[in-house]
Amino acid sequence: MATFTLPKNSTIQTGKTYKAEPGAKNVKSFKIYRWDPDTGENPRYDTYELDLDKCGPMVLDALIKIKNETDTTLTFRRSCREGICGSCAMNIDGMNTLACLKPIEDVKKADVRITPLPHMPVVKDLVPDLSQIYAQLRSIEPWLKSDTAPPPDSERLQSKEERAKLDGLWECILCFCCSTSCPSYWWNGDRYLGPAVLLQAYRWIADSRDERTGERLDNLEDPFRLYRCHTIMNCTATCPKGLNPAQAIGNIKQMMVERQG
Amino acid sequence: MTEQHGTVRLQSSLARVRGMGSAKGGTHHWWMQRVTSIALLPLTIWFVFAVAGHTGSTHAEMVTWMARPLNAVLLLSFVLISFHHAAAGMQVIIEDYVRGEMRMFLILAVKAACWILALVSALAVLRIAI
Repeated sequence: MATFTLPKNSTIQTGKTYKAEPGAKNVKSFKIYRWDPDTGENPRYDTYELDLDKCGPMVLDALIKIKNETDTTLTFRRSCREGICGSCAMNIDGMNTLACLKPIEDVKKADVRITPLPHMPVVKDLVPDLSQIYAQLRSIEPWLKSDTAPPPDSERLQSKEERAKLDGLWECILCFCCSTSCPSYWWNGDRYLGPAVLLQAYRWIADSRDERTGERLDNLEDPFRLYRCHTIMNCTATCPKGLNPAQAIGNIKQMMVERQG
Repeated sequence: MTEQHGTVRLQSSLARVRGMGSAKGGTHHWWMQRVTSIALLPLTIWFVFAVAGHTGSTHAEMVTWMARPLNAVLLLSFVLISFHHAAAGMQVIIEDYVRGEMRMFLILAVKAACWILALVSALAVLRIAI
């Protein structure tokens, strides 16, 4: 059965509180999930109080400030700090998003609660293990497959209309906020590909230059790989880039029916 | 990670994800769920109003109403499509939440129950109508 409660060694305990420096006027506290595989201890929430007057506007600025000035052991992924690399995907105030695109002032609650992407194995603190989801991405072969040789002296051409079909798909940065927000992916992530990977699959199905559309559809024709999507729509609600994975999945299902008659 | 089922698995992530390949099915099931739900919209509305309209009717009046060919055909459609839809829907829920051998066992049990209930209901309508 799907498990609905956390195992004993995963229940989250209360950790340390790091107070703001005296005299700070604009204080906000950040309650952050901490887990270290080397200690054998349960995960805990550590609370860090920050003076927002001395901190950048985004949640990622706060995390970097904490790591630089308060607690160097805090572990998280980050790279571009402008919403294009997808590294800093995490759950902030109950919603999966990119820490670099999430303004601290958007969180109205007293604590800014930060946890890793839900239902993924944790490597340490806010770093999830993404090896399975990367393998799922690889399994849909996200590259152009064409048997016709490209023109010797030019690119493979697309009309404006053909190119327009890729809008809303190419912008995906593979942060996996959507897949890890999907209950169906939580329960059956070993076989269901999840919204991020299905949106990528559709990105190649919809590409007029690709010549293996049928083969791609064949590989998705499966009760688990594709049809675990029950249009719950968490994926679309949470996407920090404003994309619509649910629509892409709907388009795949429509093509599955279309090709039958 | 995937469920370990008590055994050590050193397979690569890609091997596990590709698994036994695509089942080459699922579209028919999904499409029939959509088609039956649309068919049930008018049928259910008709059924509810027809039964509500018979509040206070005698047994004989009800039987006469059911025996009319149009009513019998609509009733048969309602019963058969309802159970088809119910079995398809419950199969999805079982696939979502149940793992291992229990999954197949429960799906077959639900299908058997729906088949029997559908046949019993259809027989009841037919015995009155014919």
